[in-house]
Amino acid sequence: MEDGGVEPYLKPVPKVEPEAAPYWQSLRDHAMKVQHCDSCGHWYFPPSTHCPACLSADVTWRPVSGRAVVWSSATMHRAYLPAYEGEIPYNLSLVELDEGPRVWTNVVEIPPDQVRIGLNVRVRYDDVTPGLTLARFIPAAGQ
Amino acid sequence: MTWPLRGQYAIVGIGETALGKLPGRSTLSLHLEAIKAALDDCGLTIKDIDGLLTNQPIQDAMRSYAVVVATASGLAPDYATDLANGGATPVAMAQHAAMAIAAGLCNTVVCVHARNQATRSQLPERAEVRDGNEDFDEPYGFLGAVANHALMASRHMALYGTTSAQLGAIAVAARRHAMVTPNATSKKPLTIEDHQASRFIVEPLRLFDCSLVSDGGGAFIVTTAERARDLPLPPVYILGMGQHHPHSNLAQAREVATLGGAISSKTAYRLAGLGPNDMDFAQIYDCFTSNTLITLEDYGFCPKGEGGAWVQGGRIELGGELPVNTHGGLLSQAHVEGMLHVTEAVKQLRGLEPAERQVLGAEVGIVSGHGGVGALHASLILGRHAS
Ligand SMILES: [Zn+2]
Repeated sequence: MEDGGVEPYLKPVPKVEPEAAPYWQSLRDHAMKVQHCDSCGHWYFPPSTHCPACLSADVTWRPVSGRAVVWSSATMHRAYLPAYEGEIPYNLSLVELDEGPRVWTNVVEIPPDQVRIGLNVRVRYDDVTPGLTLARFIPAAGQ
Repeated sequence: MTWPLRGQYAIVGIGETALGKLPGRSTLSLHLEAIKAALDDCGLTIKDIDGLLTNQPIQDAMRSYAVVVATASGLAPDYATDLANGGATPVAMAQHAAMAIAAGLCNTVVCVHARNQATRSQLPERAEVRDGNEDFDEPYGFLGAVANHALMASRHMALYGTTSAQLGAIAVAARRHAMVTPNATSKKPLTIEDHQASRFIVEPLRLFDCSLVSDGGGAFIVTTAERARDLPLPPVYILGMGQHHPHSNLAQAREVATLGGAISSKTAYRLAGLGPNDMDFAQIYDCFTSNTLITLEDYGFCPKGEGGAWVQGGRIELGGELPVNTHGGLLSQAHVEGMLHVTEAVKQLRGLEPAERQVLGAEVGIVSGHGGVGALHASLILGRHAS
């Protein structure tokens, strides 16, 4: 490995648009935040300057509990990129945060075929590069 | 009250290019081939055309695509635009063509779409249009259209007990239809057992639940009913239409076991004064078998959640109660983002297909278009008779 033994990260990374920067920073901080509309009370994701429920720009970033429920789930069996060849099959999920918004993620620490819709999960922060943290989810304690 | 546009506009010409892998063919050249084929089909020339609708090809994006195609065809249209409703676009084109003619902007509109996704023979640095959520799903390994569609299939299965073998019935019907369709690209016999033995791509979706990746194109020509009657082939009349676009991504979807087709079809049935029982066939967008299943339910052919059982036993095959995707669809004919669902509906309603693939006595049919991940939907009811 070049560069002092750090392996290159060859999976897709987000382009951090200005309106999503606080989201990615909150994952770096291991304290997920999503947007809340202070006008109508709606929590939402993906990030946007205006509330998708009422179009108000009176929106703020607020911390969330990190608890969620699996809304839908599937298992990827094909490596679309060489970087995934050692990882298939892996889980793909949309989880619904307790606050309401859904986020795309992987439910990990259990076999992909055991991830069921309705499973209670909690966030696990994965620092995948010095600049990028992903929010993966694991079964909530006591399952 | 009857919809004032009902039966006033008709599809009079259709064209389909070669389909499959066409190395070296640009998307633009496929557009031109499709337009020429549609003109030749009905005996018109480019001088008879005054409107043009395109769908900017995502693998070879150019600004103002409609006018690029117009100029390359020798046309200076009085009405032209790109529509961007994903796989719902060809159905939406028929709607916009009728609306533009009704508004007095033009009289005869070519609607065209082509792609070269199989060979991507344009230079690799050419732009691809983004979906808009890549930043939030691709880092988790959501790659390919199948990833998010599999989440829709999973949810339908969890809510209603739909099985993979039931989805297989949709793939088998499409293949049987492709086997009797001359320009279909996948004709090898396919059984439910073959479907069940095929590998998962994104579980619960298997290889044979997924549509083809194709090069090819198609076009159709819309004009007034009055003008249509002077042309050689039987006109196919626009009787009803609708759209509904419930979300742009699954994070913000209200539900995905019901999609935009539920509302879009209701509008189309109301405008046409018809219902699901009046349809002699359905050409249903089939990027994945699960999408076809959800749309058949949304269109009222069976109650929500019962589609899995309903599609089995040959009901959706030629000779069955409701033949679906009589050309083999995106699953087995070719994937031109729904353009060939429209041209196939026209063929069936002309009633001139060989007996092995003609829906006997077809008078009315419905066509669906679906774009994004259940995000966009358009419906079109076509008929043999204007009234
Ligand atoms: Zn709001």
